[in-house]
Amino acid sequence: MLKIAKNRLNELFAAIAEKQTLYIPVDREDGAAEYRKWENGCEMSGALNTVRSAKDFFFPQTENLVDFKMEGKNIEVIDIRKESEDFVIFGVKACDARSFTILDKVFLVDPVDSYYKTRRDHGTVVTMACTRPSETCFCGVFGIDATAPEGDAACFSDGENIFFKANTEKGQAFIDSISSMLEEGDTAKLDEVQAKTKSILEKLPLANLSTDSFGGARLKEHFNSDKWGELSEACLGCGTCTFVCPTCQCYDIKDFNTGHGIKRFRCWDSCMYSDFTKMAHGNPRLTQLERFRQRFMHKLVYFPANNEGEFGCVGCGRCLSKCPISMNIVKVMKALEVK
Amino acid sequence: MQEAMIKRAKELLADGTVNRVIGWKKGEFFYDITPAVFETAEEIDADFVFDDFTSANVSKYLVKESKKEGKILAFLKPCDTYSFNQLIKEHRVVRENVYIIGVPGGPKLDIEKIKAKGITGVLGVKNENFTLKIDTLYGEETMPFYEAICGKCADCKSKKHVIYDELIGEDGDVLDSNRFDMVEKLENMTAQERFEFWREQLSKCIRCNACRNVCPACTCEKCVFDNPNSGVENKAASDSFEENMFHIIRAFHVAGRCTDCGECSRVCPQNIPLHLLNRKFIKDINALYGEYQAGADTTSRAPLNTYDTEDCEPSIVHERGVE
Amino acid sequence: MQVNNNFEPVIVAFCCNWCSYAGADLSGTNRLNYPTNVKIIRVPCSCRVNPMFILRAFQKGADGVIICGCHPGDCHYTSGNYFTRRRITLLYSMLDFLGIERNRTRLEWVSAAEGAKFAATMQQFTEDVRKLGPNRRLEDLRCRKQ
Repeated sequence: MLKIAKNRLNELFAAIAEKQTLYIPVDREDGAAEYRKWENGCEMSGALNTVRSAKDFFFPQTENLVDFKMEGKNIEVIDIRKESEDFVIFGVKACDARSFTILDKVFLVDPVDSYYKTRRDHGTVVTMACTRPSETCFCGVFGIDATAPEGDAACFSDGENIFFKANTEKGQAFIDSISSMLEEGDTAKLDEVQAKTKSILEKLPLANLSTDSFGGARLKEHFNSDKWGELSEACLGCGTCTFVCPTCQCYDIKDFNTGHGIKRFRCWDSCMYSDFTKMAHGNPRLTQLERFRQRFMHKLVYFPANNEGEFGCVGCGRCLSKCPISMNIVKVMKALEVK
Repeated sequence: MQEAMIKRAKELLADGTVNRVIGWKKGEFFYDITPAVFETAEEIDADFVFDDFTSANVSKYLVKESKKEGKILAFLKPCDTYSFNQLIKEHRVVRENVYIIGVPGGPKLDIEKIKAKGITGVLGVKNENFTLKIDTLYGEETMPFYEAICGKCADCKSKKHVIYDELIGEDGDVLDSNRFDMVEKLENMTAQERFEFWREQLSKCIRCNACRNVCPACTCEKCVFDNPNSGVENKAASDSFEENMFHIIRAFHVAGRCTDCGECSRVCPQNIPLHLLNRKFIKDINALYGEYQAGADTTSRAPLNTYDTEDCEPSIVHERGVE
Repeated sequence: MQVNNNFEPVIVAFCCNWCSYAGADLSGTNRLNYPTNVKIIRVPCSCRVNPMFILRAFQKGADGVIICGCHPGDCHYTSGNYFTRRRITLLYSMLDFLGIERNRTRLEWVSAAEGAKFAATMQQFTEDVRKLGPNRRLEDLRCRKQ
């Protein structure tokens, strides 16, 4: 397998950044990690994951879709999109890599979202296998192997070296472009690390969480469950879970009057908000119970119903650690589980 | 403490003094507790918890809960009692429908502070002589107790319960805290440095509204930022201006009403020190209009609801701190 | 600080209907000059000025915001301007805390008889803001004129 010594990682980043924009997770001063554009001196974060997921790269929180200018009775529509440039996201974890597959099922089906597609086409996802999963991780529940992440190319660390493996043509092209810096390496130690990680993954407290009770066919029993009241009673109605979630894909479109024209924006929306899907007649979900139920039903029932059984969750554990009142999909699944 | 609370809660349920209990419910792990309402002794026995991680302030839930049928028992920590008192002052809760038991406060622990040390796979925590022994999937780790405590507990302003029907444990005193130190430090920076500090902090904001929704002072039925007719409704900041506006207006709206309970900073998923904005107002109010602690009583007038003919002019801003 | 000689600041002045707006009127009838940079917004009382108005003015392109009301004790509604004073003091202090230049905001008491004071205040304030240059710290980039 091709590898590079870990202490040469910054040289590698410099080489990649010469050709295209490179984003890596870096540590902030508050101890949390976030993706940033690589510049000389940037160190890759050792944290398990970033607070915000990697979905921002393809589906940003806010995005200017189009501008309008009015002169007299004429409205000029201005496509503000600029030539997109190629970019690489390095160090994406297995959970986030799977989230792109889920987002693709929303944005790349007919009618294709051209904004999303352009970014997908220009982005190369380089993943990094996990070695230190957290107690909040449960990606295995959704059939994700944290030691063999998807993405265009995958990286594996044995502590001293980073090994590379291509998953797609784009990934192969990426590895070819840096091959002058790579060398063949012995994977004996890597196999050891991988085996150790696998044994930890099996021991995770949430490893045995079951999805058997969920799926597209379970609509009525869960929708009408009397558990929702208790589950949602403490929900603050904030959007933390939604906005840190790598798979939440709802958005709202708003026009902003700049005083000399109109800018049309798309921004993330949360089903936890009181004005989510508000229409002329009002709001279809009037209580927090209904909004709360919507979020989890979407992930566990509606999404699999429309996508060949694929759940709308990747088990990254962000909502587990970030919800202000610690109510999350795991607690919901356990409460609704049919034994 | 937990046993005494459970015992008393069950007694009050049994003798009909209350028909519900609001407290904290055990989670999936040892740290992820959820505020919850308990209706039976069985539920309390099964899930009620009061430990190092029950830092959530349940006062705001009483806005709704106190309007329901019957009386509810609420366990309030000292800082929570200030929030509750302030809600009484603003006529947001029905006092008669709440039976308050004052319970000791923190310092509570913050799991995020433990994880920020790079400690992952946390399975349990033990406090031995102010050293935390942390059991993880990767073996035992240790860290000093005081480095893991909640931000809001680190700057505790008072151990005194300002309202209660009975107490479990002893009442404390108002503390001489150094909670304004960071505000002062910022005031002594140059305007450019302050600007850069806040830009860095506020640019992390993801507009999840957790700070607003958890805030016991933010009890508007409809927030101006949720109202499409206000012209400022936005679900995500498309421009840094919107980040500034949201946080300035939110802090301003709770100025003179914020009890400094610290929930905003505790819940912020991006660790923005939002309490500093509120503390700046508190510090200014104390300095310009006389010492005032929101929630300390239910009768005094809030500083922005009153005035003195001899008040200073806004130009005083030019005479203070550094530009 | 860099001084741009071509820079013409946009000044928004919130004037109370009973004193300051009449003061502005008087300065006009007295043929006193004040800069055309000043855009007056008439409000029933200075205490009608919600902090949001001030921020929105900056958002939509103002480089400076000034609030004018009746002198303390002379409020048409008895006490409105006393509340204004506390509120605006705290708001300006907060803006300062966030690193916004102090000279971009101001509050001045102008009576209906003080046409000269109105003109002088506006001249002074416009000059102060001109020296600061365009508002960059509290602007909305989307609203900037290309």
